[in-house]
Amino acid sequence: MTSIKFRLNGKDVAVDLDPSMRLIDVLRDHFSLKGVKEGCGEGSCGACVVLMDGYSVNSCLLPLANVEGHEIVTIEGFKETKQFDVLQKAFAEVGGSQCGFCSPGMIIAAQSLLSHNPHPTEEEIKAHMSGNLCRCTGYQAIVQAVEIASKKGAGLW
Amino acid sequence: MEFYKSSTPKIDFPEKIRGEAKFTDDFVLPGMLYAQTVRSTIAKGKIKEIKLPELPEGYYWISAKDIPGENVVNIIFSDWPIFADKEVNYVGEPIGLFVGENKEVLHKLCQQISVIYEEEKPVFDLVNSYIHKEFTKGDFSKAEKNAVKTIKETYETGYQEQAYIEPQGILCYIDEDDKFYLTGSMQCPFYIRKAVARALGIAPEKVRVKQPAVGGAFGGKEHYPSLTGSQLAVAVNKIHRPVKMCFERFEDMAYTTKRHPSVSTYEAFIGKNNEILGLRIRVKLNGGAYKGCSGVVLSRALIASCNAYVFENLDVAGDVYCTNTVPTAAFRGFGAPQTIFAMEMFIHHVAKELGVDPLQLRMKYLAKQGDITTNSGEFHDPIVLPQLLDKAMEMSDYKRKVVEYAKPGSNKGIGMSLFLHGCGFTGSGESTIINGKVKLIKDENDHVHVYASSADFGQGNRTTLARIVSNTLGLPAEQCTMEAADTDHTPDSGPTAASRTIIIVGFLMEKAAKQLKKIWKSGVRQEHIESYVGPSYIHWDEDTMQGDAYPSYSWGVNIVEVSFDPVSYQIKVDHCWSTYDVGRVVDERIAVGQADGGLLQGLGYGYLEHMGIKDGKFRNRSLSDYIIPTFEDAPPMETAFIDNPFIYGANGAKGMGELTLVGGAPAIALAIEQAIGHKVNKIPATPEYIMEVINHDKH
Repeated sequence: MTSIKFRLNGKDVAVDLDPSMRLIDVLRDHFSLKGVKEGCGEGSCGACVVLMDGYSVNSCLLPLANVEGHEIVTIEGFKETKQFDVLQKAFAEVGGSQCGFCSPGMIIAAQSLLSHNPHPTEEEIKAHMSGNLCRCTGYQAIVQAVEIASKKGAGLW
Repeated sequence: MEFYKSSTPKIDFPEKIRGEAKFTDDFVLPGMLYAQTVRSTIAKGKIKEIKLPELPEGYYWISAKDIPGENVVNIIFSDWPIFADKEVNYVGEPIGLFVGENKEVLHKLCQQISVIYEEEKPVFDLVNSYIHKEFTKGDFSKAEKNAVKTIKETYETGYQEQAYIEPQGILCYIDEDDKFYLTGSMQCPFYIRKAVARALGIAPEKVRVKQPAVGGAFGGKEHYPSLTGSQLAVAVNKIHRPVKMCFERFEDMAYTTKRHPSVSTYEAFIGKNNEILGLRIRVKLNGGAYKGCSGVVLSRALIASCNAYVFENLDVAGDVYCTNTVPTAAFRGFGAPQTIFAMEMFIHHVAKELGVDPLQLRMKYLAKQGDITTNSGEFHDPIVLPQLLDKAMEMSDYKRKVVEYAKPGSNKGIGMSLFLHGCGFTGSGESTIINGKVKLIKDENDHVHVYASSADFGQGNRTTLARIVSNTLGLPAEQCTMEAADTDHTPDSGPTAASRTIIIVGFLMEKAAKQLKKIWKSGVRQEHIESYVGPSYIHWDEDTMQGDAYPSYSWGVNIVEVSFDPVSYQIKVDHCWSTYDVGRVVDERIAVGQADGGLLQGLGYGYLEHMGIKDGKFRNRSLSDYIIPTFEDAPPMETAFIDNPFIYGANGAKGMGELTLVGGAPAIALAIEQAIGHKVNKIPATPEYIMEVINHDKH
């Protein structure tokens, strides 16, 4: 088996695993990155999203082979950044997390949005985040959190 | 002490937002095995033979024969087997588990097993009643005799799936104290402890249940983990190794409990002055193959059947029907959303039929303090519904819009629901059956540890209950903390259900904290346990369903504005406004979170969330084809609370978890009615249904 190389949370890694394995299983089972959550296994809920080269992708839909040579960041890597700190404070301020199962995915999706569009409108936030489901908050608090982060973190993105 | 208008940081927020909180599937133990369920493929029949494939070494088959205790799941009515033994009664009923270390091997074994059935004719229609309840109020025969006409309508509501984002999961092993230790996605740790003890035929003290982080529940994890917990305990009892079972989404959606579909018929007896002399109400619920908690769901449906209105004479009856389908059980609202939808649509339709303003008719029958309730008890506490109504109408500009949108071709609609929700268990059950307890331990550093079995699965209990204690003691919030429920360390405060956590457990916490304050000695370890004693004026007869149905009620108003696209028949929710009386708010940020989330689930129930079933099999088995609201469906929501402290609540707080869901469906259905200009008698009002009613009314 050829080993697959990629960057994971800032480090170069190489794994000798079946290239057709789902990235989510590699991250959770092989690297013990349990902040990546599985809610549906078919790309509907967004609980498993990670950043691939800065864009949010569903790790349950991505075969390991496809990450060869790319950069993957999970919540475990992202939580050490200034951007995370701004986002988490904004989520705390408005109550953007209840049960917390969707939260790591929401944070990653918000980072993907803000890094490409630092001052999104409400419609742009909703459109970009619509691949992430939440059953607790009614979404309003999360939209507000992204708006707050966009203002308070101006210049970071 | 000012609770209202302030919020404290949520205790579990940092670990959750950082992805560090451990949910069931995040636990990996040395030597841990996995389990996969073998399920019935037919809706009804006898099991003639089970042909097992050859089991690789280290793989096990667990079935009814391995149960040392009783083969029943300990629920309110224990008719649900842990494993089907001689017969199966629905597609998906568990027959056994394969257990082993490789999930792919387990999957293959599940495909290789062959179960030979003698098929029987399944029943899917509502024809076999297995629970019946009825009661009357006033003198119904007089209402019948004096009526000059009657108005009768039928309403239907569909299944609703809880769709918590974390699917069901549970883990069991034998711990160092030789106890059966279970952790899993749950609402009621003590329910699971009792169920496991009964399945294994051991004392409850030999079972320990600890709650991990739980990714949403909404009623769906109230009883179901008693089934899966019992199954895993049976497996662990045989294998003596840790076993974990986490469902994939399709398995969770296809085979776990959902909200009861309903058919309700309302008949109004109208007097000569256009007054409603009485109502005859008949409610049918689809309970699925086993009763479980359906009797209690029916009770709540019937008690809520007149919603926030008071009528002098009533004839109310309902049945739960046995069908060969997945059992239905708890879901936020617990029977009330079905009848509150029916009542709200009905009073509106009656008003139209009588040619009177719907708001005027509603106001005429609105409940007031001292009025006699549907079940001939009394509304003991002050009711601020008129204030809630005025505030909501002012926030939304309702009176102008309701006239403007009535103009033909506007394709806009505004709808309003008024509603109540009984807090806590039915009648005097909180004092006589549940008898919840809480415990406070103050350590040598004067830090207060708060213990209750109320599970936090997003609602923020750990924060709000600790806050009630810190506020009562006059301590900074961080000096009081509440850990997750653990049956070895927390007293049984009752289940986390029925909007009882704040009104009942919170009240107990306040009493316990007051007691601790009295005996407080700095630098010394002190402990205090408090047991619930409810209001002495609450009397309830379960057999006749007469008396005070709940310790108290919370109240609310939802106003929803929608746009209708006459080409695609799609509905867009433009804006929502809500006002609530939840007594006194404990933590405003958490309360608004409940309000937003509950309302969106109620709206989804009303117009989006359709679950089809054919030959006993659900057609929607994923989050791609069972549509819950997304970011793009979520409207702006404005919420206001009116302070109305309840004497038996923590600093005046009542319940609110379910209240925020029950009004969503009728409010949006009434808005849709106005936008499309046709009656809506069925939810979810999907584009297909809307097309059907428009075409039907044309012909």
